[in-house]
Parts: sequence; structure tokens; C-alpha cells
Amino acid sequence: MTDTAPAIELKGISKAFGPVQANKDISIRVMPGTIHGIIGENGAGKSTLMSILYGFYKADAGEIFIAGRKTDIPDSQAAIAAGIGMVFQHFKLVENFTVLENIILGAEDGRLLKPSLSKARKSLISLSEDYGLNVDPDALIQDIGVGMQQRVEILKALYRQADILILDEPTGVLTPAEADQLFRILGRLRSEGKTIILITHKLREIMEITDTVSVMRRGQMTATVKTAETSPQELAELMVGRKVLLRVNKEPATPGDVILDVRGLRVVDDKGVERLRGIDLQIRAGEVLGLAGVAGNGQSELLEVLGGYADGTGSVMLNGTPLDLSGKKSDGQSRRARGVAHVPEDRQREGLIMDFQAWENNVFGYHHDDRFNSGLLMDHAAIRADAEDKMARFDVRPPDPTLAAKNFSGGNQQKIVLAREIERNPDLLLIGQPTRGVDIGAIEFIHEQIIALRDQGKAILLVSVELEEILALSDRIAVMFDGQIMGERAADQTDEKELGLLMAGITDTENEHSVAEVEANLARAGGDARKEV
Amino acid sequence: MDYITLIQLLDSTVRLATPLLLACLAGLFSERAGVFDIGLEGKMLAAAFFSAALASLTGSVWLGLAAGIGASMVLSAVHGLASITFRGNQLISGVAINFLAAGMTVLIAQDWFAQGGRTPSLFGGARFEPITLPFAEAMENAPIIGPLYEELISGHSILVYAAFLAVPLTWWILFRTRFGLRLRAVGENPAAVDTAGVSVVGLRYAAVGIAGLLCGVAGAYLSTALQAGFVKDMSAGRGFIALAALIFAKWRPWYALWATLLFGLFGALETRPDVIQAVIGIKVQGQLLGALPYLMTVVILAGFVGKAIPPRAGGEPYVKER
Repeated sequence: MTDTAPAIELKGISKAFGPVQANKDISIRVMPGTIHGIIGENGAGKSTLMSILYGFYKADAGEIFIAGRKTDIPDSQAAIAAGIGMVFQHFKLVENFTVLENIILGAEDGRLLKPSLSKARKSLISLSEDYGLNVDPDALIQDIGVGMQQRVEILKALYRQADILILDEPTGVLTPAEADQLFRILGRLRSEGKTIILITHKLREIMEITDTVSVMRRGQMTATVKTAETSPQELAELMVGRKVLLRVNKEPATPGDVILDVRGLRVVDDKGVERLRGIDLQIRAGEVLGLAGVAGNGQSELLEVLGGYADGTGSVMLNGTPLDLSGKKSDGQSRRARGVAHVPEDRQREGLIMDFQAWENNVFGYHHDDRFNSGLLMDHAAIRADAEDKMARFDVRPPDPTLAAKNFSGGNQQKIVLAREIERNPDLLLIGQPTRGVDIGAIEFIHEQIIALRDQGKAILLVSVELEEILALSDRIAVMFDGQIMGERAADQTDEKELGLLMAGITDTENEHSVAEVEANLARAGGDARKEV
Repeated sequence: MDYITLIQLLDSTVRLATPLLLACLAGLFSERAGVFDIGLEGKMLAAAFFSAALASLTGSVWLGLAAGIGASMVLSAVHGLASITFRGNQLISGVAINFLAAGMTVLIAQDWFAQGGRTPSLFGGARFEPITLPFAEAMENAPIIGPLYEELISGHSILVYAAFLAVPLTWWILFRTRFGLRLRAVGENPAAVDTAGVSVVGLRYAAVGIAGLLCGVAGAYLSTALQAGFVKDMSAGRGFIALAALIFAKWRPWYALWATLLFGLFGALETRPDVIQAVIGIKVQGQLLGALPYLMTVVILAGFVGKAIPPRAGGEPYVKER
């Protein structure tokens, strides 16, 4: 084993985008037949490094060796020729093509399609059998679920005879059961001698499946260790560069009166599809209700209707008085007046105006407040002072209110939104994907803020696709599937496995269920709503 | 309406549908590859002028055709450069081409021929003459089939037959060849093509080039077959009607044939108000018929008759994502 050449060896790779050094003198060796994890925060340079390996970017300096041979990779074609296959986070599939057409695209054998298609069909069958990658060759991509789409991406790479497979954040869109199935496939690929690079920010996945792991921080490789010889705590510290709390410190909740009482809430979207099919839930003062579910099962619609930018029917009581679900008094402005604050799921599109400066973003939704206005005109000095104050208290970096929102990192953008919404002392906070695209250091801070707000006796509705986050923050957890609530559990009396089944619409959580069953159920729910996300 | 009138009407439908069909297929190639092309009109117009000009100067309609295709492809290259290489706005580039062609053709025509922005009338070998298909005259007197064959099927210029043959050819290229698969993919998800190691830019230029070729033929047909010479603004909005037909046809070759034939029929009826009056008993303004293709397109776009889904990546320049 010691005399085999590494499947991939990078030596001194550097890449700068203008003044930003995305990769700095990175060296890495990956042995054949192993799974190598690359872990790091957002913006640490993982994706840049893999893009260089796949020929999307040209490195400023450094060398690439594939199977011991120095290889130039100027474009994706060269990467494919060198036996590298990549499964991107956002799949690169043509939606209205069949699985088979997607697989041969770019790897056709001749000018006419027919021979290529029949050859691909044969090899697809044998690949599927070899690696347990079952797909339907004639299904259109738009009709199959995300799990199967991902298998198509893997098959695309294998069809091109890839020996090295790079997967970028592959579990982001999968349910726990689907993720387990993916890991089984990866294990099988490893035993067949394939080399796999797994890019992720989830420590659990690194610990579960990889043989070795490299940690990246700010464009540099801070460590490469054997997975068996490290711990999640150590990896987290290597990623962030300081000690971090992986668990949220919180006391048991002391729930008070019912703040939000939702009964029979229904929402029909503009295509006439019923997205919420009779939702019942209550949130009390001083508790966090976590809403789990695979993205696209109605969570967004629930936030929208409660936040006041979608119409619904049913009954919603806030502090014992009904909220208008349609008409003039159902807009965001009226909701804020009633004490509902909303941190939207997509902060860049719904929470901020990216080209506007931080201080301007700081007053959206509250711009009619007396303290920000003097007569007809807005009081810019007051708004600025308020923004500076909030940015200091929420540790927004850099603390410069004149910087455009787009120039802050994801975590700092989220802090700006959070500061704006929390500081108004709402009775109910709606918060969607609070830490999506946010690095570990900022996650810790945001989680602390949410718990602090709870301890002040506020009601909090938390929507997140990250089960870990839901489990860490919530007091009670409701699981949504296909526009309905499948069940509610106390956070300390459930686990990922049980929630995972509920997320797939399986309420019988006592017995064993196969992955195929989970998938079939997901596909049944409107052809898998996740694809719209 | 008697049988002969019907045949005549259909005959002129075919003539009027031909340039629409060619331009529509041109748009189909371009838009299926993700490049919107509202410059069909300008390309046709430029091709119409240069075809007529060269045919007039050399006396050879084939040289004229070549010049028309050349002119159209130069404009296509401009569109490609602006919208593919420099990732500019495809609509603005198209508008620019339309204005450029409208002004340039008249200007050059005046400079070359000094006949008030037109070319001299073409005759003889400088025009595409109707082709009489075998047995057309022999069958002339056969009942029903005779006039159908002799008037409607026979007696068109070679470009008409070429246009109709282009329909199955386009279908075959798009759905049966590697090039077609890649071309459709690049209009739906260029990132998929790029990561598969195929050049997005190359494919889009190829598509825009084919569009130029077809528009060139359409323009040449206008000035050297349908008419005998170039006159100012002779494309007369056909490029836009072809775009309307493309939407009507939901970006599919066979549907494009039916859509352009339908719009051709409207054009034919516009010149025969007597026929409409005879059939439906009311006098219909010709302008109304001229507006029908646009009205129908609005109805289609509003989603009343099925949904017209354009290629997903249409109109957007491809920028590699990180």
C-alpha cells in the first residue's frame, strides 16, 4: 500500500480573486480507495479548491498530480479525461430530459443519438447493479425526486469512467434516510477502489464515513488528520480557530400563556395547489416550536402567511385576538404593529436589499416609526445612530453602517436582519433557516440570541431544514409533510431517526421502514416538492 | 367559394408562409440554444437587400442568395458577439440589429442604385423562377387532384420546397443527433453542458449561425422569389410574426409549420376580402387579419391554450458559477 501513488496530489495550490486569497499554498494527498473529507466554514475555500480540480478555475500557482502523474486541468473536459467526476451541490441536470439523455450528454459515442442511448442503457443497468444505484432510465428529471437526481449525477460520473468522485455538500437536500443510503453507496464505491472526496460542513458526516479529513480555514489547509484519530470538537476548533460550543446551552423552558394559536390554516398558491392543508399549532410564551421537514413541504408558506405576505384561510389568534389572513389588514406592516417579527428564510431576497447600505436595511418595515422620522422627511442621523448601536451589540463585522448589505458575509447579514427584528421586542418571532450559509462562529451567536429571546418570554416559531439545529434549539418539534403536520414531539424525547420518518410522511415510527418506502412516499407528495427550492 | 378559389388561396398561403417558416425555424434554433433573437426582422431585411443587389449586379440569383445569407450571418455574428461573448442584453442587441438593417439597406441601395432606396427590378436568371414539377401539366385536367397538384404543390420556387423540407430536417437534427441534444441542453441548463465538458459558447454560436443562414434564405426569398427586387422595409414585420409563430408553436418544429401556415393563411385572406365576405357574410377589415397573429400570441402567452414554456435558460448569458 505504501508504494502506491496517491490518487490525487495537490502541491502548493494558490488562487486569488482580486485582493481575496481564496486558496493559499494548499497541499493534499488522497490515497486511492479512500474517502477523504474536506471540511471548513463557508468561504474557507473548499469549493474554489474543487473547482480548480475540476477545471473551472486555473490555479495561480501549484501542481496537480493524478495517480502520480502531473496533470494540467484547464477545463472540465480535461478533468473528465483525467478520471475526475464531480457531483455539484446544485445538480447540473437538464430538467426536461430523461435520465438517460442526461447521462450521455457530452459523452455521446457518435453524431447520432440512437446507438449512444442503447449503449448507455446497457451500461446503466450494470452500473446500477454494481453499486446499488437504482434509477429509472426513461424518467424525466423533473418528475423524479432529489435523491434519485443525485444518483443520476453519480451515474453520470461513473459512466464517464471516473475513478475519483468529488461530492460537494451532498446531503444538504436529503432526508436522513436518503443520506444514509448515499453513504452506503459511497462505501460500496470505496470498496470497488474508487477515490472519493466529500466536501461538507457537517461534522457528523465526516466522522461517519471518511477515512481522512482535511480542515480548511480562510483559504488555508489547517490540518489533515485520520478520522479515527480525531473528534468533532477538535475539528470544529480547527475550522473556526477557537473553542466553540457545539451544543446550545439552555435551561428547560417555562412556557406561559398561548401566544399563537393556529387552527385549520389553509393556503392555496397561485397555481391552485393547496400548500397548507389544515395546520393546527400553538406556541406559548417562552418556548421555541421547531418546525422540521424537508424543504418545500409547506414550511415556507406557513411563514409567509403568518408574516403577512401570503393569503390564507382558517383561524389564527395572536394573544387571543384574531389575525386577518387576507385583505388590507393582513400585510407585513399590520403584522409588525401586532408584535410579529419575521426573519425570512431567504435573507438575501426577502430580508435585505443587497445593494442598500446596512443602515438603510436596518429600518425596513419600521421606517414609519416616529423616532426615524421628523415631519415629512426621514431622520437619517437617528437611523444611522440606531444602526451603529445595533451593529455593535450584535457584533456585526465590520461595524460599518455605510457598507452595502452584499459586502457582509452571510453570518453578518443574518445578524443585521436579526437585530432589526429582535430589537423591536416582538411577542412572536418567526424565524426561517436562521443559520443557512452562516459559519460556525456566527451560528453560536445566533443560537444564543434565539434562546435569550425565549427566556424573555417570547414565542418563537423556528423553521429549519437542519435537523440538528431544530433538535438543539426547540422545546417542542412539529414535523411538516405535504402541507400537513405529521406529528409533534417533545424535543428531549425524540431523535433524528424518528423525525426523519415523520419528514417522509411516515407516522408509524415504531417499526422499521426501507429507504425505498421513504422515497416512494416523498415522490408521492406532489412529485417531491423539494425541487422547487 | 369554389374549389379553384380555395386552391388559389392555399397557394398564396404557401407563398406567404415560406418566409415566416424559415424565420421561425431560425428563431427556433437560436432560442432552443438559449439565445433570444428579436433581430430576425433585421436579418431578413438585410438579406433581402443584399440578395436583390447582388442578383441585380451579377444577373445570378444564386450569387444573390449567397450574398443574402452572408449579410444575415454577419448580423448573426454581431448578435453572437454581443450576447454570447460579451454577455450583453439579447433584446437590446436584437433591437439594434433591426434598426441597423432598416437604415443600412436603404442607405446602401440609394448609394448603389440611386432609385430611391430600392434595387432595380429583377428578371430572368436574377430571380428564383417557379419550378414545374413532373406531370403537372399532364395532370392539369384531372378532377380535384389536378388543380391541387398543378396549382398548389407544383409551381413554387426552389426556396419554398427547401423551407418545407427544413421542417423534418430541423426535427431530426434537434431530436435525433448529438448536436441537437447538446443544443437543447444548452438552452435549458448551460451549466449541465459546461460541466459535461462541452463548450457552451461554441454551441450557442453554432445555433446563432444556423439562425443567420435560415434568415438569409428567408430574406432572399422575399426579394428574389416572392417579389422581384428590394424595396424599403420589405420584410414588413414578418420577423416579428415569425417570433409570434415560434411562441404559438411552443418552440417545436412541426408546430412551427402549422403556426406559420395559419399565419400565412391570414396574410392570404388579407388580400382577398371578397372571399371572407363570401364565406362568413361579413366584411372584415384587412388590418384585423394582420393583427390576428399578434392577438393569438397574446392569448397563448396568457395561458389560455395550453402553456408555452420557453427554454429555461433563454435570454440569459451564461456565467460560470463558483
